[in-house]
Amino acid sequence: MKTDNVIQAKDLCKIYQMGEVEVRALCGVSLNIKRGEVLAIMGPSGSGKSTLMNLLGCLDRPTRGEYILDGEMVSHLNDDQLAEIRNRKVGFVFQNFNLLPRMTALGNVELPLRYSGENGSRREKAKKSLQAVGLADRMDHKPMELSGGEQQRVAIARALVNHPAIIMADEPTGNLDSKSGKEIMDLLINLNKVSGTTLIIVTHDPNVAGRARRVIHLYDGLIAKDNGK
Amino acid sequence: MNIGQAILEAMETLNGNKLRSGLTILGIVIGVAAVIAMLAVGSGAQNTITGSISGIGTNLLFVFKGNMQQTIRNLKPLTMGDVNALSDPLQAPHIEKVAPVIQKTMTVTFEGQSSSIQISGVTPDEQSVRNRIVTEGDFISIDNLNGRASVAVIGPQAADKLFGTHTGIVGESIRITGQPFRIIGILASKGGGSFGSQDNIILVPLTTAKARLIPRNLDEVDIIYIQATSSDNVTMAQSEIRQILSTRHQIQPGAEDFTIFTQQDFLSLASTITGVLTVFLGGIAAISLLVGGIGIMNIMLVSVTERTREIGLRKAIGAHKRDIMIQFLVESSLLSLFGGLIGIVFGWLIAFVVGKIASASGTPFTPTVGLNAILLATIFSTAVGLFFGLYPANRAASLQPVEALRYE
Repeated sequence: MKTDNVIQAKDLCKIYQMGEVEVRALCGVSLNIKRGEVLAIMGPSGSGKSTLMNLLGCLDRPTRGEYILDGEMVSHLNDDQLAEIRNRKVGFVFQNFNLLPRMTALGNVELPLRYSGENGSRREKAKKSLQAVGLADRMDHKPMELSGGEQQRVAIARALVNHPAIIMADEPTGNLDSKSGKEIMDLLINLNKVSGTTLIIVTHDPNVAGRARRVIHLYDGLIAKDNGK
Repeated sequence: MNIGQAILEAMETLNGNKLRSGLTILGIVIGVAAVIAMLAVGSGAQNTITGSISGIGTNLLFVFKGNMQQTIRNLKPLTMGDVNALSDPLQAPHIEKVAPVIQKTMTVTFEGQSSSIQISGVTPDEQSVRNRIVTEGDFISIDNLNGRASVAVIGPQAADKLFGTHTGIVGESIRITGQPFRIIGILASKGGGSFGSQDNIILVPLTTAKARLIPRNLDEVDIIYIQATSSDNVTMAQSEIRQILSTRHQIQPGAEDFTIFTQQDFLSLASTITGVLTVFLGGIAAISLLVGGIGIMNIMLVSVTERTREIGLRKAIGAHKRDIMIQFLVESSLLSLFGGLIGIVFGWLIAFVVGKIASASGTPFTPTVGLNAILLATIFSTAVGLFFGLYPANRAASLQPVEALRYE
């Protein structure tokens, strides 16, 4: 059954065992996301936002439920298989950029390619990716020598470099001033338009969520509101 | 991710934290340097000792009075009669020459200079048996022996002590415990042996020594040096000596009142002693290498904790467990490899300095840093890094990406 859904999640549950107590971070979330969609996930702290993002980004396995990402069933893979899926299909953009300080911008963008066993064209691909985010002239700078907005651009270039199926952005503007935050959002939305990469943004900020066509509200581990349905 | 990249990346990381890397390396440097220096000094000592024993002559045997293994009653001394019997080519066909010696350390004076020097009463055969080379003048002749002449052949070190020189002193007169002796020859230097200096001696005719310097009962002698016909015949010569002396001393086999040493015995004894010493010193030095390894483990653990977020990120963008493992193992191995290489240089320097000091203090001695010691140190130190890096690397590789990314 070939569908146009890049993400098909059915009845996802994540239960943490905290000593004697079971904590249900997420219970029974079903969600389909179309290819090329821009989706914002909102919700108060403890609503299960991060847990959902970890599951959708293949950083973690669900306790129960099925998850199909880009046509592949990933909910039961082992650690190394998940690592491969993340490498090929998911690009991450974090609130605090998570760049390696010892490497240049180019080196940071190249990093995912190193783990995918890419050899010859690594440098070229990384350069192209940096050009796409408008940082062609700063690629030999280290993260410390770049502004916050520029660092986040490097992180986006890193997320894009393997042409992933989805980009997971976790509070991408949370550490930026409003001007560079807006620029980053413009860039992300623009990249979605140009390349058609599915974009999932986890955020508190209604302004950021407002840029997405579809917004999901989580509450107590369940989808409380979904304007795309 | 291939190993070449991993090495490059590890170099960058280590380079980015120079002080810490340097201090971590220091433990390994000290360990490897100590091992290398100890092994070098040990094998140098072995070479010097076996060399000086070999210098005595490979076909030489020594016969002493007494038995070191068991207590013998009615100990009979070695006599001139024994010497004559051993010299008989019919009874002992594998013995070339026999040189009996009596010796004692005495005070020798020359124009107010006095010094304590070993006096040996010898026969003319001493020259060929013990390979004594005369640089000036003559050795003791059979006429000197028969005539109980008051003549002496002086060793270079003894000459230096008395005259301040060891050339042009033939014909001078010295006094040994007050009695005048004329110098007729000067010996070539044999170098400092492990049995004390062989150059601080004065040789006089055996007859003269017995009559005037070193009174001995009957025809008693202290040591008999025996030269076998060739180095292959040393064992044959040894059994002939045992046969002759047992018969003459009328003793049961096994309860001998004399001891025969061959140069081989000394060689193997010396090799065993220095070998044990080298292993012992090397073992002590290896402990410091172990301590260095623990230092590496400690720092790697700190480094893993510090870089938890980095590990989380690497995993998030697709690093396998193996990739993280390799990254940290390469770092710890590189640390210890560099430590090992620097340690080899330091160890060699220490060995060199020890050699210089030994030479300056009169014991010619060349510490040898063998290729096997270098290989051993390199491999061993890298192995230490690998071993002690294993636990921290495994800890890093087992981190869950979600928790690692959340780590503050």
